[in-house]
Amino acid sequence: MILALEMFRSVPRMVAAKAVGGRIPGILSGPAAPLRLVSREQPAASRPGWARVRVRLSGICGSDLGALSGRTSLYFSGLVSMPFVPGHEVVGDLMDDCDDLPSGTRVVLDSVLTCAARGVEPCASCSAGATNRCDRITVGHLAPGLQTGFCADTGGGWSQVFIAHRSQLHAVPDDLTDEQAVLVEPLACAVHTALRARVNRGDHVLVSGAGSVGLLTTLALRELTPAGDITVVAKHAHQRDLARDFGATDVVVPDEALRGVRRSTRAFHVRGQLGRSYLLGGVDIAIDAVGSRKSVEQALHATKAGGRVVLSGMPAVADLSAAWFRELEVIGSYASASREPAADGRGSFDLAMELAAGGGVADVASGVVSYPLHRWREALDHAHSAGRLGAVKVTFDPRSSR
Amino acid sequence: MSRPGFVLEVDDRTPPLVVHEGEGFRLEEFPLGTQVVYPPESLPAMSDVDEAIQHALLHPEGSDPLPSLLRSGMRLTIAFDDISIPLPPMRKPDIRQRIIEAVLTMAADAGVDDVELISANALHRRLTNAELKDIVGERVFRSFHPQGLLYNHDAEDRGNLLHVGMTDQDEDVEINRRAAESDLLIYVNVNLVAMDGGHKSVPIGLASYKSLRHHHNSKTMVRSHSFMDMEKSHLHHSAWRMGRMLADHLKIFTIETTLNNDVFPKPYDFLLKREWEWGVKDQASMLAVRRGLALAPDKLRHKMFHDLRAPYGVTGVHAGETEAVHAKTLANVHRQQMVEVQGQSDVLVLGVPYLGPYNVNSVMNPILATCMGLGYYFNSYRGQPVVRRGGAVILYHPVKPDFNQLHHPSYVDFYEEVLAESTDPAVIEAKHEEAYATDPWYVHLYRTSHAYHGVHPFYMWYWAAHAMDHVEEVVWVGGDRRAVGRMGFRAASTLADALEMVSGTVGSSPSITYLRNPPHLIADVH
Repeated sequence: MILALEMFRSVPRMVAAKAVGGRIPGILSGPAAPLRLVSREQPAASRPGWARVRVRLSGICGSDLGALSGRTSLYFSGLVSMPFVPGHEVVGDLMDDCDDLPSGTRVVLDSVLTCAARGVEPCASCSAGATNRCDRITVGHLAPGLQTGFCADTGGGWSQVFIAHRSQLHAVPDDLTDEQAVLVEPLACAVHTALRARVNRGDHVLVSGAGSVGLLTTLALRELTPAGDITVVAKHAHQRDLARDFGATDVVVPDEALRGVRRSTRAFHVRGQLGRSYLLGGVDIAIDAVGSRKSVEQALHATKAGGRVVLSGMPAVADLSAAWFRELEVIGSYASASREPAADGRGSFDLAMELAAGGGVADVASGVVSYPLHRWREALDHAHSAGRLGAVKVTFDPRSSR
Repeated sequence: MSRPGFVLEVDDRTPPLVVHEGEGFRLEEFPLGTQVVYPPESLPAMSDVDEAIQHALLHPEGSDPLPSLLRSGMRLTIAFDDISIPLPPMRKPDIRQRIIEAVLTMAADAGVDDVELISANALHRRLTNAELKDIVGERVFRSFHPQGLLYNHDAEDRGNLLHVGMTDQDEDVEINRRAAESDLLIYVNVNLVAMDGGHKSVPIGLASYKSLRHHHNSKTMVRSHSFMDMEKSHLHHSAWRMGRMLADHLKIFTIETTLNNDVFPKPYDFLLKREWEWGVKDQASMLAVRRGLALAPDKLRHKMFHDLRAPYGVTGVHAGETEAVHAKTLANVHRQQMVEVQGQSDVLVLGVPYLGPYNVNSVMNPILATCMGLGYYFNSYRGQPVVRRGGAVILYHPVKPDFNQLHHPSYVDFYEEVLAESTDPAVIEAKHEEAYATDPWYVHLYRTSHAYHGVHPFYMWYWAAHAMDHVEEVVWVGGDRRAVGRMGFRAASTLADALEMVSGTVGSSPSITYLRNPPHLIADVH
């Protein structure tokens, strides 16, 4: 038997979280959280290519918090299977031999459950290495689930043990700490985002948001693309410092973002009714790394005509007028790919592993906070307020009992 | 008979003294021995201003009488000082209106048809129609404005600028094309302080950024000791070179006026008097005003001050050749404002009032407060600064980080972006000035709205460069701590705290001089 945090379907809790979660954040980790600590059977790795993973650390991602607080679009409701154990940012140890990886290997998880994991013929996307675009995430020998951490059959990182397919696993070099390793998955997403942005030499890029996604995307942009100025919108002081460390040329607070971009790009400023403010002109590329309505619109409003807006955070409903009027190219960036065409076919995880070994990520990793599973309410509270409290990543450490 | 200015030494009998602080004032008890410099009392006003104007135009200095310069078929341009002076704005009729009407009457008599009037606002904001009307009067406004013959100078209208040439120091002289190509340019000024007027009028008021940057820069400003002493002001040296060059290309007829020190109307006139001479009526007025200000909400307090119109009296009108006129004007200004002060002190105390040249009908933001205190008031000296090198300046002002988005859009960015990075005038000039000066959005707002030019906050900061270079410590009493800190200064709650804070630099028993202005004064420091 293992301990696991299980998310279950509860319409009343979802409604309560959605209705008052914004005003009473405490409710999101309290009575409105559709999450419970359970003791359950260890998942079995009975099929070839599957193995059990004992979790060392598992991160709490913005998409996890979105699901728990009812903010996630119902679009995804057909892509998950309840109840499931959340947690897709994981570093752990293999408990079984898994093809070429011997038992005991420390691994990180590429959480997408692709055709290979599901035992079906590779779809066109998987064949091309765009595994994050897999079209078969609801079929095969697994219950529906876009990723580990949203699938009832695999378990997830917020438990002591889950199962993973060889196609999802990447061995971790010895020189990476667990805290660095747990950042590899979000870093791989950031790498994918930076490459999806198709940055030309000297492009001015705006990164809206300086949580872990925004900061790591800033790092990936600086390290892997020929971006010129990078402006980062950061709310908290430690985020501003980290953004600069990661290569931002300019850091602005959210309320000053449009003004700051206007100044640096010499754009024109338009004030519409009811405080609608936007630029004519602006950055070449904006990356939304939050997913809130405000941040998405900020990205749209700060991008020059014909520019590109990359949605990296799971997006909320937003006014797309600027996308139409300014002929913006709005593109999504989801998870990471096993082959990145913009990086000579290398995988996002390989690139992320290299970045994770750098000093910048090591500094961030030293601030990773961990909680045992039974203190999940505190952990979620902390994660909800991570920016304000100075943490870049909050994790569960299922090995710990205190 | 008005009494001259003098220096009071604070003793046991000295009552609390008025110190201006934004939209309010306080009564401050200064340490014993503090020197308080009082401006001369208001000089008697001319009894017949219209007669004085006629006399000046018909008997000019170093020039033929104005009527002999006017002829049918000529292009005549009349430029005038904008709303930045006098401070506070004067009661109607404005002296500029009286002069312009007299000039236009003479021009009409001579059959001059081609006349245009230009507000010489350089990189200041465009005046609104109401503000133009206040200056030139209803009759002139109605006759010229609807036809587009009365307008604001546009320093960004490339088609209406003329590069006249270069001075012998390689300074571009570029001014308003209409003015430069006129057969006669008449400039009507209000010489509020010694810094104004002379060749500072045409070469600056009608210039472009290309021309202004030669003297409005940190290097020139830091070497101008002081702005109120044209002999020692590098800013004025540059303006004079430009003005002399312009005078070789263009016939300029300068009309300068001076005002007395009646800056506060009733019931605020007690502020003009020396505190120990306040009668019962003055005491009652003071108490009523203080109580009213304490109870008034911010908007009402703002209105109470900004609606003030000063009952100035005119003390001089001189016309003719620019330099000959300005010599007479300066003598008048000095007569009204000069006070002899013996020696420098360790600490200079200044009360920064609610109004400066650039926040008429607006808000005095932190940068303008700095410009007013460390720029204009600090430079209100001749000879040597009132405070010794390495001393301290203590200023009074709330320094609220409030900005008027209509008038000062680039100030907000300057405050948020530039000052956050550096407060060194030379550093920010090198790194940021050009970007702000050429920002198309600021240019657009300057040309079409009522915004100061994008580069204007830089100039305001440069005005304070000499003070920042000269003194070791700057402390704002009652200032918003964040705003003051953003500008690289410190804030204190009281004078005692401020003196304690600067004691590391000037000692625990420093010599203190307080310049009790407004009204304006120039400390002639020996």
